[in-house]
Amino acid sequence: MAKRIDVSDLNIYYGNFLAVEGVNVSIEPRSITALIGPSGCGKSTFLRTLNRMHEVIPGARVEGKVVMDGHDLYGADADPVDVRRQIGMVFQRPNPFPTMSIYENVAAGMRLNARRMKKSDLDELVERSLRGANLWEEVKDRLDRPGSGLSGGQQQRLCIARAIAVEPDVLLMDEPCSALDPISTLAIEDLMTELKERYTIVIVTHNMQQAARVSESTGFFNLNGVGQPGRLIEFNPTEKIFSNPDQKATEDYISGRFG
Amino acid sequence: MTATRTPSPPGPTRPVRRLGDRVFAGSARGAGILILVILAGVAAFLVAEAVPAITAPAEEIPGGEGLTAYIAPLVFGTLLAALIALVVATPLAVAIALFITHFAPRRLAQGLGYLVDLLAAIPSIVYGFWGISWLAPKMVPFYRWLEDNLGFIPFFAGPTSATGRTMLTAGLVLAIMILPIISAISREVFLQVPTLHKEAALALGATRWEMIKMAVIPYGKSGIIGGSMLGLGRALGETLAVTLVLSVSGGITFNLISSGNPATIAANIALQFPESTGIAVNTLIASGLALFVITLVVNMLARWIVNRRADFSGAN
Amino acid sequence: MATQTPTPVSTAADAVEPAAGRLPRWAPWACFAGAAAVAAGLELLGDFNIALFVVYAVVLGTLALYLASRVTEGRRKATDRLVTAVVTSAFGIAMVPLVALVWEVVGRGIVRFDGEFFGSSLVGIIGEGGGAYHAIFGTLIITALTTLISVPIGLMTAIYLVEYARGRLKRAITFFVDVMTGIPSIVAGLFAYALFVLFFGPGVRLGIMGAVALSVLMIPVVVRSAEEVLKLVPNELREAAYALGVPKWRTIVKVVIPTAIAGLGTGVTLAIARVVGETAPLLVTVGITNATNFDPFDGRMATLPVYAYYQLTQPGVPPEYAIDRAWTAALLLIMLVMGLNVVARLISRFFAPKTGR
Repeated sequence: MAKRIDVSDLNIYYGNFLAVEGVNVSIEPRSITALIGPSGCGKSTFLRTLNRMHEVIPGARVEGKVVMDGHDLYGADADPVDVRRQIGMVFQRPNPFPTMSIYENVAAGMRLNARRMKKSDLDELVERSLRGANLWEEVKDRLDRPGSGLSGGQQQRLCIARAIAVEPDVLLMDEPCSALDPISTLAIEDLMTELKERYTIVIVTHNMQQAARVSESTGFFNLNGVGQPGRLIEFNPTEKIFSNPDQKATEDYISGRFG
Repeated sequence: MTATRTPSPPGPTRPVRRLGDRVFAGSARGAGILILVILAGVAAFLVAEAVPAITAPAEEIPGGEGLTAYIAPLVFGTLLAALIALVVATPLAVAIALFITHFAPRRLAQGLGYLVDLLAAIPSIVYGFWGISWLAPKMVPFYRWLEDNLGFIPFFAGPTSATGRTMLTAGLVLAIMILPIISAISREVFLQVPTLHKEAALALGATRWEMIKMAVIPYGKSGIIGGSMLGLGRALGETLAVTLVLSVSGGITFNLISSGNPATIAANIALQFPESTGIAVNTLIASGLALFVITLVVNMLARWIVNRRADFSGAN
Repeated sequence: MATQTPTPVSTAADAVEPAAGRLPRWAPWACFAGAAAVAAGLELLGDFNIALFVVYAVVLGTLALYLASRVTEGRRKATDRLVTAVVTSAFGIAMVPLVALVWEVVGRGIVRFDGEFFGSSLVGIIGEGGGAYHAIFGTLIITALTTLISVPIGLMTAIYLVEYARGRLKRAITFFVDVMTGIPSIVAGLFAYALFVLFFGPGVRLGIMGAVALSVLMIPVVVRSAEEVLKLVPNELREAAYALGVPKWRTIVKVVIPTAIAGLGTGVTLAIARVVGETAPLLVTVGITNATNFDPFDGRMATLPVYAYYQLTQPGVPPEYAIDRAWTAALLLIMLVMGLNVVARLISRFFAPKTGR
């Protein structure tokens, strides 16, 4: 079910401000693609255009094409809500629904969309998703407890379980480990490696070691100056980016000469 | 939801919207517009029902001298009572707000604030009951003293009302009622004073009062003004407390402690409306329209002042 | 903070006047105790008046403290102490009506706070006995109708303002909701009357008219409180739901509102408390009756505030029984309003979502 995403000539705006300019990239299925770059370069903004979350912000819009397995996500007949069901997202800060229990959080995608399901099927889905997120063993005895009672790392895995419970094709992760301690980070990275067997994963990270550890391909975003649009400077296999990048700017960034 | 407003190059289209979203967004928007319609309706229906009184010949209006002559003393009474309330309540409310924000022990402050807010929860009619039976009689000796010692001021010329149900008593009851409004808004702005400003003043060696004078009051000034205007708006329209407390005789007088007092618009409506028919009802509605316009102007002014301040301070 | 001379520049407050002394900590208490004694003496010479006693004691005490501070601590510190005393007294003054009012209403209202008051109407009552059964139910019915009208409109408007609106319409609605909070209650009553006169002719009195009038007062309160609460719902939760492919309206209904439910409940309860004691609009729209009428679409109804008003102002002969009933109705009103305030606080305390924050 993992799918391939092709982005061509993508310009991203906030109102009249051009935030990201001219992105062309192909994201391979069943792999992890990492996006790195300095703060404010537009990598998170780019990520959010992949499942049409960008346009939730008033005035935000895009030009260009994002095609998933031959389907234009920004086509005239594309419904952003359907797009988001196929492309899940995990956010920087864990954000379980505070009014719901652990069980309800995982089932949220189904419940909130009023999809009718037999109780036993739902139970199975919740267990499968929690196992998929490596959280089942830790929470199986307290599924009816509020999700906000878990630790930060557990909450983030709960959010991943919630995202995969909708059975998306692609999983977007926006700095999923930046609010977590090293142990929890390791748990999430292990999880990502498992998940890539079934999903296309795109992750934004500030942590270059993380990008090097988990990803197959890496894209480097940069901007020339304040007020200038961000650009995708280089997109290559991770190994190449970290050993022998094509661009000078990439080398400067990953060797810590700026950013 | 995020239809692009600016004309954009070909490519981006209006996002597809689901039926549920359209219905829900539409009804939310409808509710918002309904509020504007209601407000317009209030004005329109009042005008419609006031027109017969405005166009009627003068001798048909109660009192027999026309609409203006009927409403003028009422407007005077309304303004007088509200003004007394404002003059009494504003300094008191600001002092209370200062007490709660800067003088009271930290742990007690919130509870004390809640006590002041309780004053706002008491229904108008209960204030009226209390005004008649507790405050008015207790004011009589004080009014006597005013008459004896300050009688040369027209306000206190007397003769003192035996019941104490005077314009001054009504103004005091109103003052108590608007006290929590003014003090709540003042409190809010005093709490928003940047700590930096206050610490800067203290670092210069200011005492607490000097710090308040230097940092808190200037910062909160427009909040205080806006708050008092809101209080004024409330006092202008307050009905039952005045209806009960004020002993009405009509006419225009500045004498605050005698038994002859002009009514307020609101109190007059409450007193006359249940027994009125025909053109008298239209006359009362016309006076209500006048009250509506007065409070509308005061409130819009107040909101403008408060909001301008909010924009300026970057709060919200 | 003892009596020894402080070293220069010990605190910011007296940095400028290093030579000044300090009053001991007990000085303010001593001043006011002394003033109270003097005031008591003054009052005992004439006839004792508790109000004058308090006034004398506070004024004399403040004066004494100011002078003592002026002599030992200097002008600036003395002014500071004076202001402290003034500001504290202001708070005390505000408490006088609150305490006096509650005391008076409870004292006079308790007389008829009995079973008959709650169990019977005024049909066939002249003089003793009788109750406010019909008025209590009238108030409950009209308040319920008001809530039924106001909460959906108010809540939807708040949702519109927070989740959808932008630009001119948003500013216009926000501004006019604010303006609407300032509409005098009697004008709201006149509006409902003028509206219904169009359909039913002059002199019409219906329970539903009262509900319409009260809604004009209640809607803006609901909007403002709901708006504040909805704004507090973190945007992350909305985004989390959107990212699951949940449509916006379901996100609002299933995520935003449940998260804010405690605040919404508090706001609605306080809004009810705000209108339940309103008298003026009901006076001109619903009128009064002695009999029990449960049908808000058919003729006059009795309501508690209007009942209280007429029992006090038109007590009949002999007046004392009606006046007693009026005070009990007033007491009941206060209890209702205070009760709703307490309920509002309990809601916000116990139904708040269990967030870590």
